[in-house]
Amino acid sequence: MTDEVTPEVAPDVAPDVAPRVETFAAGIVGVKLGTVARQIAPDEPPPLPPNDQLSVIGQPVPRVDGRAKVTGAMRFTVDVAMPGMLHARILRSPLPHARVRRVDSSAAARLPWVRAVIVVARPDDPAHAVLRYVGAPVAAVAAVSPGAAEEALRLIHVDYAPQPFIADMDAARAPGAPSVHDAISLPAGHPSGWPAPQDLPVAGNVRGPAISGRGDIATGFAQAEVIVEGEYRTEVQTHCCLEPHAIVADWRADGLTVHMSTQFTAGVRAELAEAFNLPLSRVRVVVGGMGGGFGSKSSLGTYGYLAVALSRAAGLPVRLVLDREEEQTDAGNRPATWQTVRIGARRDGTLTALSVVSYGTAGVAVGAGIGNFAEQTYVCPNFRAMQHDVFINAGPGCAMRGPGNTPGAFALEQAIDDLAERLALDPIALRDRIDASPVRREERRIGAARIGWGQRHAPGADPGPVKRGIGMAQSLWMANVHLNAACAVRIVRDGSVTVMSGIQDIGTGTRTVLAQTVAEVFGLRAEDIVVRIGDTDFPAGPPSYGSRATASITPPARTAAWHVLRQLCSEAARMLNVGADDLIAREGRLIVRDDPARGLALAEVAARLRTEGIGAVAARSDDYGGFRRRMGDAALAQQDLGGVQFAAVAVDTETGIVRVERVVAVQDCGRPINPLLLESQVQGGVLMGLSYALFENRILDQATGRMVNPNLEQYKLAGAADSPEIDVVILENYQGQSATDAYGIAEPANIATAPAIANAVYNAIGVRPRSLPMTPAAILHLLGKSPAGSRVS
Amino acid sequence: MAQSRNADGNGVPPVGGPGAVSLALTVNDITRTVRAEPRLTLAEALRGPLGLTGTKIACDRGACSACTVWLDGVPVCSCMILAIEVGQRRVTTIEGLAEGERLHPVQAAFVAHDAVQCGFCTPGMVMSCAALLAHTKQPSADAVTAAISGHLCRCGTYPHVIAATVAAGAETKGDGP
Ligand code: FES
Ligand code: FES
Repeated sequence: MTDEVTPEVAPDVAPDVAPRVETFAAGIVGVKLGTVARQIAPDEPPPLPPNDQLSVIGQPVPRVDGRAKVTGAMRFTVDVAMPGMLHARILRSPLPHARVRRVDSSAAARLPWVRAVIVVARPDDPAHAVLRYVGAPVAAVAAVSPGAAEEALRLIHVDYAPQPFIADMDAARAPGAPSVHDAISLPAGHPSGWPAPQDLPVAGNVRGPAISGRGDIATGFAQAEVIVEGEYRTEVQTHCCLEPHAIVADWRADGLTVHMSTQFTAGVRAELAEAFNLPLSRVRVVVGGMGGGFGSKSSLGTYGYLAVALSRAAGLPVRLVLDREEEQTDAGNRPATWQTVRIGARRDGTLTALSVVSYGTAGVAVGAGIGNFAEQTYVCPNFRAMQHDVFINAGPGCAMRGPGNTPGAFALEQAIDDLAERLALDPIALRDRIDASPVRREERRIGAARIGWGQRHAPGADPGPVKRGIGMAQSLWMANVHLNAACAVRIVRDGSVTVMSGIQDIGTGTRTVLAQTVAEVFGLRAEDIVVRIGDTDFPAGPPSYGSRATASITPPARTAAWHVLRQLCSEAARMLNVGADDLIAREGRLIVRDDPARGLALAEVAARLRTEGIGAVAARSDDYGGFRRRMGDAALAQQDLGGVQFAAVAVDTETGIVRVERVVAVQDCGRPINPLLLESQVQGGVLMGLSYALFENRILDQATGRMVNPNLEQYKLAGAADSPEIDVVILENYQGQSATDAYGIAEPANIATAPAIANAVYNAIGVRPRSLPMTPAAILHLLGKSPAGSRVS
Repeated sequence: MAQSRNADGNGVPPVGGPGAVSLALTVNDITRTVRAEPRLTLAEALRGPLGLTGTKIACDRGACSACTVWLDGVPVCSCMILAIEVGQRRVTTIEGLAEGERLHPVQAAFVAHDAVQCGFCTPGMVMSCAALLAHTKQPSADAVTAAISGHLCRCGTYPHVIAATVAAGAETKGDGP
């Protein structure tokens, strides 16, 4: 865990006054690399050349925290222990819908080993008296051990008045279905307006539609020569982070320190300051090792609030770790969707109209939309989406790796393939016609060559019982940037360099890309850089969600390092009697550009510093050339991120088993900073998408509202034996938009996998799998080999 | 399934509890006596009283193998065995794998091949892959896949785990298959 360290910040060197114009590389390496001129602020570093001219950025540098992770030394939140620390457990609703008439926690509170009890479900408080899903928090206890806390929960007596409930999305839409919400509990919608805008109509359990569109949809369909239509269904996927949600809260008179497995230290700090009425400066949020989030650890959460409240009540540190059942039922999930896609086109493939009507359920929450995939991916003058949230009595959904666009692409990419077949066009040829992105065009070309697209046969053409097929699908995600993001870089007298930020590394490699970015500036190796992050005592860190961490933090890291280097150079210039601009940093030395034999080691220069160290702090500046859109701290870069994935599958038509044999993933993220880590992350996205496609399904028992597979054995995840050969290609796509020109990849790598597999399955068996997951039973059903059964398995 | 035996090794389970009992555990070649409730699993005993938090608990019911340690050299899920059942068997955890500063070849290969993302499943993965290498020289990719088939990794490190372990095996000068 990081210690408390305050960076020494020297004032920046006096800024030059006027903005300057610089020339940046622009385009795709290997296709067309040109230049673009950008006006940039005077305190921005000079353009970073393409990777082939760099020595650390762009290299497959091993993860800087790899050693700590393979030796067990990395400390995760679940490993944090403090003297006197208590352990908390949460009592949860066994019923899907109930009014709490009475809660008696006196027997639990009397136990000598119980130090604090908090009741959440309070009969006298209309906002908290009703529980709306199995697993909703009722009360929480802090005791001297987890076992003692668990025992105390059993002594809390709750009198529940069961209410009618509904645990199925289709049934919840029917008139007369039991209402999940009342006027008080109805969620207001996401303030950002996307994906769940505020102020939508609500009828029964259905909220919406949220309507978006362009052109005139009726005219578009009237112009169509061919129309395809299909219904698609996706099931709930749970995040299944291997490290459970966990928090250690330490409330003290002089302030609150929270260790939390979180994707956003700064966001949690802001939530805590507001919830407990503390000044921001008295709240510190720390995360060291972080065992995965995938969207589910973006905010404080009720469990986080409870741990802090228990610590305050008990006057001792409190650790709260969710167990696997809590993870599965009350830690977020990817909402289920049901989508009707209708596409109108001319015979040459030109789209005239595209309409999507979606119903989705995030349980008691909102946010079950289908994102902007259908709206943005293809050129179509007439578009309309009507998205609805359907409430059911189930745990709240939340963002999960490519929220909206992942289920959205599952439907649309199959519909586009459907259209291609109707038009007797190759799916790639059709996309070449209707997709304006030059990046995806190149990705299609590369991927098609690698997968052997030319050998693709007609649907269902394989003779034997095991039928093979190839399919492809595309990905689209926004290039998000968080502007409230800053980095401090410091060099001390022995020449060692530290980079500091509140940002967290959730397994994506943020520590490593920061080390590489700073090392490049100083002419050092990545392992020379000390990376201290995951602590709100450092400069503001952006969230690690929305694929925005690298895009948000590497530019200020480079800028801060460059400011420090400039100060060192002026020191060295005096020592060497040359101009500061004549010096460059290389291999741990500052050398004279035209006379490389002359120079000084960084340590020699640093030793002459007037103070122990010098440092600089830089914040994320606006993208050069501006943003497409800006909403508070968040912004969208001009271009989208994407990728194209190809899957080769074998379907056993006797057992229904789908085996993915090979995936080719061609992705883009601006400037790739570390191809080794990028390959890991893309493989992770593909495997999560494969798991979504073939296995994952939260199954609710309709009679009790309980999840019947709230574990990791009946809730199926892809394992090593399901893992195909995954061929990863990362484009270098420069735009000259920031000091590093780097963007994210986590979500784009996940979005195309399930539809690529679905299109491959169609190519194998000639029947389209329009529902997830594609279990053996579902495939046999598609092949007409099983009795019409439930769509569940 | 692991057999219980008491200090005499005669197969009779020790009597103790429900409160804390004294328990001697030999972990990474060091024998330590801790006070622990009989209901404590080996995983909990390692992480709690013994302070060896490298072993991770992710499901606590034998479904993910994150908690894998060795008992007398054999990988087991430490969440599925009570600490009092361990007896005199030698426990090896992730903390005991490297020799001082020198990483075990599997650990070094995991770093080199980036078989690590968030790192939470990693200690368990490393223990299973290292156990494989202890008895199978130069394992094939299929052998590694089988050895980690009980492990779950949500970050999707499987391809790199397999590549790393095959590479680590290829470097060991073995006489095995
Ligand atoms: S924690 Fe032991 S198998 Fe999952
Ligand atoms: S590396 Fe994150 S779960 Fe395996």
